[in-house]
Amino acid sequence: MKRLQNNKNIEKNKIINFYFDGKKYQGYKGDTLASALLANKIHLVGRSFKYHRPRGIVSAGSEEPNGIVQLETREYTEPNRRVTEIQIYEGLKAFSQNNWPFLNFDLGAINDLLSPFFPAGFYYKTFMWPPKFWKTYEFFIRHAAGLGKSPKKDDPHKYEHFHYHCDLLVVGSGISGLYTAEIAAKNNLKVLLIEQENEFGGEILSSHGDNPKINNIPINIWKNDIINKLKGYSNVKIISNTTCFAYFHYNLLLAIQDLEPEKGLSKTHEIRQRIWKIRSKKVVLATGAIERPIIFNNNDRPGIMLANSARKYLNKYGVSVGQNLLFFTNNDSAYETAIDFFHKGLNVQAIVDVRNETNGHFTKIAKDLGITILNGYEIVNTIGRLRVQEVKLKKLHTNNIDENKSSITIKCDTICVSGGWTPTVHLFTQSKGKLKYRDLDGSFIPERAFQNTLCVGSCNGDYDLHKILESIPSNLNNFLDLKGSKLSNEENYKTDKVLNDNHKNIWITSKQKISKTKMFVDFQNDVTAKDIKLALKEGFQSIEHVKRYTTTGMATDQGKTSNVNALGIISELTNTDISELGTTTFRLPYTPVTFGALAGRHVKEFFDLERTTPMHDWHVNNNAMFEDVGQWKRAWYYPKKNENFSSALNREVKATRDSLGILDASTLGKIDIQGRDVSEFLNRIYTNAWSKLEIGKCRYGVMLGDDGMVIDDGVTTRLGEYHYLMSTTTGNAASVMSKLEDWLQTEWPELEVYLTSVTEQYGTISLNGPNSRKLIEKINSDFDFSKNNFPHMSYKNINLCGIDCRVMRISFTGELCYEINVPSVYAKYLWDICIDKGQEYNITPYGTEAMHVLRAEKGFIIVGQETDGSVTPVDLDMDWIVSKKKFDFVGKRALNRSDTIKKDRKQLVGLKTKDPKIILEEGAQLVEKITTLPMKMVGHVTSSYYSPNLNSSFALALIKGGLEKKGEKLFAPMQNETIEVEITDPVFIDPQNTRINQ
Amino acid sequence: MFLINCPYCGERDQAEFSCGGEAHIARPKNPPDLTDDQWAEYLFIRKNDKGLHYERWNHAFGCRQWFNLARNTATDEILAVYKMGDKPPKLYANVPITPSGEPDIGSGNLSTSKKK
Amino acid sequence: MTTKKKYSFFSIAKNALSHHEQWQKTWNSPEPKKNYDAIIVGGGGHGLTTAYYLAKNHGIKNIAVIEKGWIGGGNTGRNTTIIRSNYLWDQSAALYEHALKLWEGMSQELNYNVMFSQRGVLNVAHNLHDVRELKRRWHANRLNDIDCEWLDTKKVKQFCPIINTSPHIRYPVLGATLQRRAGTARHDAVAWGYARGADEMGVDIIQNCEVTGINIKNGNITGIETTKGTINSNKVGVAAAGHTSVIANMAGIRLPLESKPLQALVSEPVKPVIDTVVMSNTIHAYVSQSDKGELVIGAGTDGYTSYTQRGGFNIVEDTLMAIVELFPIFSRMKMLRHWGGIVDICPDASPIISKTHINGLYFNCGWGTGGFKATPGSGWVFAHTIANDEAHSLNAPFSINRFSSGELVDEHGAAAVAH
Repeated sequence: MKRLQNNKNIEKNKIINFYFDGKKYQGYKGDTLASALLANKIHLVGRSFKYHRPRGIVSAGSEEPNGIVQLETREYTEPNRRVTEIQIYEGLKAFSQNNWPFLNFDLGAINDLLSPFFPAGFYYKTFMWPPKFWKTYEFFIRHAAGLGKSPKKDDPHKYEHFHYHCDLLVVGSGISGLYTAEIAAKNNLKVLLIEQENEFGGEILSSHGDNPKINNIPINIWKNDIINKLKGYSNVKIISNTTCFAYFHYNLLLAIQDLEPEKGLSKTHEIRQRIWKIRSKKVVLATGAIERPIIFNNNDRPGIMLANSARKYLNKYGVSVGQNLLFFTNNDSAYETAIDFFHKGLNVQAIVDVRNETNGHFTKIAKDLGITILNGYEIVNTIGRLRVQEVKLKKLHTNNIDENKSSITIKCDTICVSGGWTPTVHLFTQSKGKLKYRDLDGSFIPERAFQNTLCVGSCNGDYDLHKILESIPSNLNNFLDLKGSKLSNEENYKTDKVLNDNHKNIWITSKQKISKTKMFVDFQNDVTAKDIKLALKEGFQSIEHVKRYTTTGMATDQGKTSNVNALGIISELTNTDISELGTTTFRLPYTPVTFGALAGRHVKEFFDLERTTPMHDWHVNNNAMFEDVGQWKRAWYYPKKNENFSSALNREVKATRDSLGILDASTLGKIDIQGRDVSEFLNRIYTNAWSKLEIGKCRYGVMLGDDGMVIDDGVTTRLGEYHYLMSTTTGNAASVMSKLEDWLQTEWPELEVYLTSVTEQYGTISLNGPNSRKLIEKINSDFDFSKNNFPHMSYKNINLCGIDCRVMRISFTGELCYEINVPSVYAKYLWDICIDKGQEYNITPYGTEAMHVLRAEKGFIIVGQETDGSVTPVDLDMDWIVSKKKFDFVGKRALNRSDTIKKDRKQLVGLKTKDPKIILEEGAQLVEKITTLPMKMVGHVTSSYYSPNLNSSFALALIKGGLEKKGEKLFAPMQNETIEVEITDPVFIDPQNTRINQ
Repeated sequence: MFLINCPYCGERDQAEFSCGGEAHIARPKNPPDLTDDQWAEYLFIRKNDKGLHYERWNHAFGCRQWFNLARNTATDEILAVYKMGDKPPKLYANVPITPSGEPDIGSGNLSTSKKK
Repeated sequence: MTTKKKYSFFSIAKNALSHHEQWQKTWNSPEPKKNYDAIIVGGGGHGLTTAYYLAKNHGIKNIAVIEKGWIGGGNTGRNTTIIRSNYLWDQSAALYEHALKLWEGMSQELNYNVMFSQRGVLNVAHNLHDVRELKRRWHANRLNDIDCEWLDTKKVKQFCPIINTSPHIRYPVLGATLQRRAGTARHDAVAWGYARGADEMGVDIIQNCEVTGINIKNGNITGIETTKGTINSNKVGVAAAGHTSVIANMAGIRLPLESKPLQALVSEPVKPVIDTVVMSNTIHAYVSQSDKGELVIGAGTDGYTSYTQRGGFNIVEDTLMAIVELFPIFSRMKMLRHWGGIVDICPDASPIISKTHINGLYFNCGWGTGGFKATPGSGWVFAHTIANDEAHSLNAPFSINRFSSGELVDEHGAAAVAH
């Protein structure tokens, strides 16, 4: 855990103990797991996906392909966490993945020896015989694949969503991002600046700190100043540990904030991560660039890493990634790293540069310092199993000469590689901005924005700080439309020009030997240049095909370090310009995002809202079992002690027919309809006629779609000349309301009709049974409840216990019934009174199941049970409700199509089993003849119950041509028996309607 | 996620709205005179255009008003919002050059298509 | 036309000796000829299988498959690979079951391992309405000789132990149907395998070739215009999924289709944790685990027309809410990759495999969210329709005419719950 310098980014007085693969180590507060491991001289952190090759930390950021671990255990465990992003905390436990029995000695590494037999896509070519064995092959393949392990316990943490609106969102807090934020802040814009790392500064944190200088101030001090200034603005919010992972239309960006990066195993129930949903008028992307590896033979050994990442470990964490370092580069940036290492007294073996000549600013400094520079050389191989030990170099373009003569071997424990930079354009392309290819440095850079987006700094392909500082104010002036802005020249930032040599594209070394080497393109998925060559050879030409066939770029890093290299290799092997190949799609998220965070608080008790009626507590207290109907909780049945489902049900059904039952019907949809044209409106949306319905009368209506199929039904009451109250089914209330608004606003704007949902404004108490009149008379003895004054299908406004109630004589049971609509706040009060006063009639609360039995006995349908979107009212034997006189209504024309007028459509009938004790299963299919499979089915059971009133089972069914087949026999072939049934009329009780009309 | 400018409420997140499909399909005034084919045309047949598309939206979790919206289905740019009963405005859309191709910018499929 | 060398473990071993430099092309990419006996527009699963079965079952070998991008790049390469045949209506069940039988021998027939994994599909019920509807389907499947079982909650838990079967969750698991022969497959391999098979029989697979016009003379099709020139044929079958309406428009044909975004996502790969496919229509959660270890999760469609292959993120959030509700242990898993496709949906959620009023022009479309499972069956019957200018008995119910007659095959399942 030795550190090279007194670095502000880590707190050396705070030692932190952590465990890796069960062994205890120490780091400092401020370390990432990666920096702490490297400080403990641990490079080897994992094994690769396919060949189980030993792998070390490659980078220092979210692009890390190799350093992924299982973090923590039990309910806190999380697979595939990048060591470069975990901030260490006391007691942290991390485990390497994909190895057995040990990280240092992994039996899976046999795959590496067998790798000739596992080329790209080998699994498509084998494991086919014998066919039955695929399951076995697959078992082994599945267990070999996968990286970490899924948690096995529920997540103890919570997550939340946070909405934010601003004028300008700045993503990234490097020099460009900070500068942008400051300009916007000065111009009074509401600014949000987000940074994915724990500290602001971006690339500044990797740098030496003293250099470069901006306005002659060392970069570190400049950074701290500007951050302090930004924190002082009330119109600016800056947040770290927050990764912007998605960019949608209309400048909606999503970011995930880690709220416990240092807290570690925090207490349960705390918010662990927060999703920011940001709608910003404008967006500046200052997302930087990611360094690129160079592809050479055995380029994946622990100790081989990206140069700038090595620099970050050095400068931010004071950690030297090695003692004997070799640099391999094709551009100038690696020189800065080498110089930093040299100044720290570390042994810089050499800088190997594929360019023949270099004269840039930093190359000169390096030369002056006496660092060995090998121009025009490339790495051809490396040696070292668990850590690189030796590297073999070869002079470029020397194929004709004896290879050994031109090759050099150098011992080293670390190779810092820089293959140039790839602008981080993920968010830009997600925003649908257009990229162009720049041959100069082999980069895709933003060409044209599609939304209000501006890319600044290295994500725009600009690496020259002098130019960046010069261009930002003028670019922002245009982009943010800062007329009369507070920008003034003296506040502009400047830095010295630095001369850099051109980058030289080098996609792959030793091209001619690809097939005999292991040059890794995608580290995590073990995709080599050889695999890409094979894919091309086999005819996979599109970059998308190559990606899918070889799986390059499909690992948990999504190819941040590999995608451009893969393109480069394809380009070289096929002699195609990269700009013609195009890139694969940059898919969201930028980095993986926790499911729980995306679900936010909408889990467990908040998964979906629960709608309850005003009488809900009463049902709970009276031992009701509940049924979910849409979002509603409805009382299903009320078992008493020693009762089971069927005995409770039979009691409820019997009591209602014999004396008095009470049902909470509050969940039915209720729509108040008013306006000059309401009757005409109802004429159009219901199949029957409404104009002549008297005030104070109720009528049953069936609503169709314009395809003629039943979509809802219910009773509508005329409250006044221009006033109706419509009831809908519980589940369809919202969709019916929306459909009615649709007709009114889109199709019939000439109608003056106003719709108001009053479902929740009224509780509905339904009193059913021969004694219901006696009860309601007890409650209000002044009102005349006689049949003459208040007949079936009529409505009265009645005062019950001081409450103004709308009482309808409508019935869903076939019994004498009063349906009392009472303002919700009084519903429970009136319910209690009904229960109390109903005791002498053995008032029995019944639930939805008894309701189903009672209505089915009477042959009443339930939309969604007797119908399924393919049933017309004629199919339901409800021809009587379809007006022949009306010129038009919704669904009318469709009832006359060639299929809907067929006589042998599935039609609603009743069924009785030969053995009255057998209750058919709902959903059972019916046949005319028992044959071998497949059997020809003629229909199915829609509803089926036992009736204590009939002392037998009975059912409703939809049967092909059923209306003409009453009395005929059918069979329900069940799994273990065949049930014989007879087709009957669907009305089983009181077909003369004497009970209902009492 | 669109930001939809409800003509009655102003800009709101798409989550508050529901789409009712193609706009300006008038329900025939004389249904009994239509053939089955003609009725099917009204009921089911849709333009399903790639490019400029006129459609109906409902501010379902807001004012509950239906309105029309013109959108480029090749890029999802909303080009106009107008009330029910208003005539569809004539609009320019950044539509694909070839019928099943992709527009110059704003396509979901841009990065895989090779432009020459 | 080149005879393909057989793939096997031995062929890999043999090629290992030559450093895998001697492999043949999986398929060739020729320039289009002037004339073909049949043209298939669309190089996805349905188009490639159609070409394959035209060549194999009907002896028509001079075929071009025209693909505007890269084969298998549309919904074939974007779906969540669920394969099952437990459909409600007889017409659908017969079609999908025919497809399932073809899946069962596909790897061997193609000599290409499509990794068809019969790990079973659970369709979960969360309320009494679901139970009724799923049982209805179960009994219909049974009598149609399609394997299907009903599992009560306890058996669901036994079969898939990580499902949350607590009775106290918002929408508890009340049971499920299980089709054991159902499962998943490696979607890309299906396209590649059929392309290889078709190529071997002489089919020209032409990529990066966009159709720009349909040539019709006197009510007969004569060929197509493409970005690679005019190609003539008196039989053209269109299997262009989300872009079907665009192609139909060129021929002046209007279809009952709407193209909508459908989204899906995968998690980071983990060791095996779920050994079956779980589908819940009620709370919109569909999950399985790929052989690579990623959880593959399907979301619902967006409610508007779009060709951008992108939908609203609220749909994805809803899906993950449902996944976490049903599988609380997945809460700390991470979304690795998300994408969208364009699905062409018919009003009755069933496909169209049909002749048109133009002689020689055929459409295979409207598969909506579930076309992958039908891939081989769809190609089989579409090839029959094109070869004979007459529907196969399996696709006769799926003609365009059903929208006029009203004889729909409504697979939406029942309407929402009521009362």
